[in-house]
Amino acid sequence: MGRITLDQVSKSFGEVEVIPPLDLTIDDGEFVVFVGPSGCGKSTLLRLIAGLEDVSSGEIRIDREPATHLPPSKRGLAMVFQSYALYPHMSVRKNIAFPMKMAGVPEDEQARKIADAATALNLTDYLDRRPGQLSGGQRQRVAIGRAIVREPAAFLFDEPLSNLDAALRVGMRLEISELHKRLATTMIYVTHDQVEAMTMADKIVVLRDGLIEQVGSPLDLYRAPRNLFVAGFIGSPRMNFVTGAGDRMGGAPTIGVRPEHIMASKESGPWKGTVGVSEHLGSDTFLHVHDTGLAETLTVRVGGEFDARHGDTVFLTPDDEKIHRFDADGSRIA
Amino acid sequence: MGRSVTTQRKAFNTLFAWGIGLLIFFPILWTILTSFKTEATAIADPPVIFFFDWTVENYVVVQERSNYLRFLWNSVIIAGGSTVLGIIIAVPAAWSMAFVPSRRTKDILLWMLSTKMLPAVGVLYPIYLIFIKLGILDTRIGLVVVMMFINLPIIVWMLYTYFREIPGEILEAARMDGASLRAEIIHVLTPMAIPGIASTVLLNFILAWNEAFWTLNLTAAKAAPLTAFIASYSSPEGLFYAKLSAASVMAIAPILVMGWFSQKQLVRGLTFGAVK
Amino acid sequence: MATQHSRSAARIMMAPAVILLLGWMLIPLTMTVVFSFKKYLPMRGGDLGWVGFENYARFVTSSSFWPAVATTLIVVGGVLLITVILGVLLALLLDQPMWGQGIVRLLVISPFFVMPTVSALVWKNMFMDPVNGIFAHLWKFFGAQPIEWLSNASVTSIVMIVSWQWLPFATLILLTAIQSLDSEQLEAAEMDGAKAVSRFGYIILPHLARAITIVVLIQTIFLLSIFAEIFVTTQGSFGTRTLTYLIYQRVLESQNVGLGSAGGVYAIILANIVALFLMRIVGKNLDT
Repeated sequence: MGRITLDQVSKSFGEVEVIPPLDLTIDDGEFVVFVGPSGCGKSTLLRLIAGLEDVSSGEIRIDREPATHLPPSKRGLAMVFQSYALYPHMSVRKNIAFPMKMAGVPEDEQARKIADAATALNLTDYLDRRPGQLSGGQRQRVAIGRAIVREPAAFLFDEPLSNLDAALRVGMRLEISELHKRLATTMIYVTHDQVEAMTMADKIVVLRDGLIEQVGSPLDLYRAPRNLFVAGFIGSPRMNFVTGAGDRMGGAPTIGVRPEHIMASKESGPWKGTVGVSEHLGSDTFLHVHDTGLAETLTVRVGGEFDARHGDTVFLTPDDEKIHRFDADGSRIA
Repeated sequence: MGRSVTTQRKAFNTLFAWGIGLLIFFPILWTILTSFKTEATAIADPPVIFFFDWTVENYVVVQERSNYLRFLWNSVIIAGGSTVLGIIIAVPAAWSMAFVPSRRTKDILLWMLSTKMLPAVGVLYPIYLIFIKLGILDTRIGLVVVMMFINLPIIVWMLYTYFREIPGEILEAARMDGASLRAEIIHVLTPMAIPGIASTVLLNFILAWNEAFWTLNLTAAKAAPLTAFIASYSSPEGLFYAKLSAASVMAIAPILVMGWFSQKQLVRGLTFGAVK
Repeated sequence: MATQHSRSAARIMMAPAVILLLGWMLIPLTMTVVFSFKKYLPMRGGDLGWVGFENYARFVTSSSFWPAVATTLIVVGGVLLITVILGVLLALLLDQPMWGQGIVRLLVISPFFVMPTVSALVWKNMFMDPVNGIFAHLWKFFGAQPIEWLSNASVTSIVMIVSWQWLPFATLILLTAIQSLDSEQLEAAEMDGAKAVSRFGYIILPHLARAITIVVLIQTIFLLSIFAEIFVTTQGSFGTRTLTYLIYQRVLESQNVGLGSAGGVYAIILANIVALFLMRIVGKNLDT
């Protein structure tokens, strides 16, 4: 139904190659997240799949059919845009109906599908409003509704939550995940937020400068990041990168330890430092420890009841089992 | 500016600004008042401002004596025809420049602008000659074409700046929703562009209505619009203040009202989007 | 942001506008340039052959040339000075809180919508007439001898009429620019202790610089070719003959097309120099 294959696909704008040739397979029903810093080419990649940009070389197949030269309207995909891209002059009902109208779906079937989508998305009371009269979250739902009724081979999401405030973002994240479970349709989701990637994805594709750095399940990436970039990008707070820690280095120039894999104590431990800022989240406290001689700052997660103030001396013990080692090129040493 | 001001200060501002505003508006106001006077009252010394016997006789006489309606009709045809023609040619061009920009788009836009800067007098004789050769001197169709050309750059520019404000993502959404180029233009682009097109139409109608170089030089009796009709009053026998005023009021009233409605778009249109 | 398909459609849709404008520009321009190198007198023998640069030389050496240049400079410069200075002041005034702001705005911009022939005629007869004009009444009221505006102060009169027409344009654009000024900037300056005068000098005026430049450039282009105001009032007599009017007279009144065309080429070059500056500003704005 929704298997998408990219075979040596590349994209250049004039002289600038934004995406060097890459291969990628997205299986039917998978929730794939493209994640990376801004300018890494993740949106361009999505637009290539959508057909909104021409590929410079390579082949795109949707359900094994070649789609490289199909216009967007013929690819059977639906897209939810960052700005929602609702038609401002149409009511919510007409917005949702638009793709069906274009496909020539009979009126009664349109009405039924609109009603279904509206119920699923809590939009029933708003069907006759214009997009301008809706809140950000509601607009987002309309955009999703418009995508659902197409019954696409795959949904494409282009940073759909970045215009929402933090609380709504968490709610919509769940709704989209639930939608995926319910429809079991392929979804490709672009974001720069690694939390969205971790929480939603079946498979994460980490991109940097148009190159795929690593592909894998969220926990694969968390447990075995293939290089320094992925290690630093996935996980919050960021992994600590440490140099000059003696035997613990195991011969590697750089090792990485996540804040949650370091224990702190007031009495003893192999590493010693001074507390700069401690951020209390209630359940947890993040200590930013200076003067360890290992890194500018080490971030450590401790329990919410751990009492440490600015200037206190703390001793740190890393979990040796969970140390990541990287060679001089930044690649993981297995 | 969202800052609190004392009532006194506000009252002073109001008085001062209204004074200046009325002073600037005075020539128009005076023309309107004079148009309702008798010829004798119009040149009374000292001048009478409000308290005179109001009469509409001048309006009747102007129409009877000079066939005002024919000039009005010429103005409507020339301004309206050139605007419609311009819009038809400019909409596709502005669409493609706004939504499918290429490396040359900017150069083309600036070049179009430069044709607007061409001093009319520099090409007066060639146009005159071409008009004679084509037999369209002193015809409405000739002026429609000329007005269309001189305003086409402004029309393209205004539409371009409006179109550019339509988010490209919405058109892409339409494409993703399965719309063909035609459906995209009919169902999505056009409804969203109508306000911009309307203000472009309004401003260009005004500009064409008031244009007074080509209309004076390329028309005689048949196709003369209101600009030329008024200019004919500058000859000595036409020097009756009240009738002159009535004729003037009729020539400017419709456009003045349109102008009031289009003032916001005026800035954008006349500065080619450089000031918004 | 486009695919090959939409790009070729775009080219086709742009073609009519580009081709028509190209024709509108190139054909008459070429003809003017060709005429300018010819002795061409339609009423007295027609095309009398090539004369090289003779028309160009004759145009600038004729006794009317330098006075016309001077008149043009005075009219353009005078109107620019008046409209920009008054425009800034008016824009500042209209930006103040007051009652009936919208109506005052309408009053102030109205002259712009009055067709040039009407404003010229109204000013000529009802204001500047030495016997029945409002000014004559005013002068007499104060015991002064009325001025024969259009014959004794002819260039001043033209400047007054044209300034009245263009003041709304300057005001409206400058007002738009003032309103786009971030009010937090002014509040910050006030917190920093800047008085009203220094707020104007250090914040408002620099903010307006771009808008003023645009007003000056656009008005210059239009003012260089004012025609109806002179045509209706003085017909170029009493020292009101600008370059545009001089060229017009050479071409249509004395029917010396060669000479007039040479003048036309000068005018085109002059306008293009101004236009170049304007296009730079507009072009920069396109990139953002």
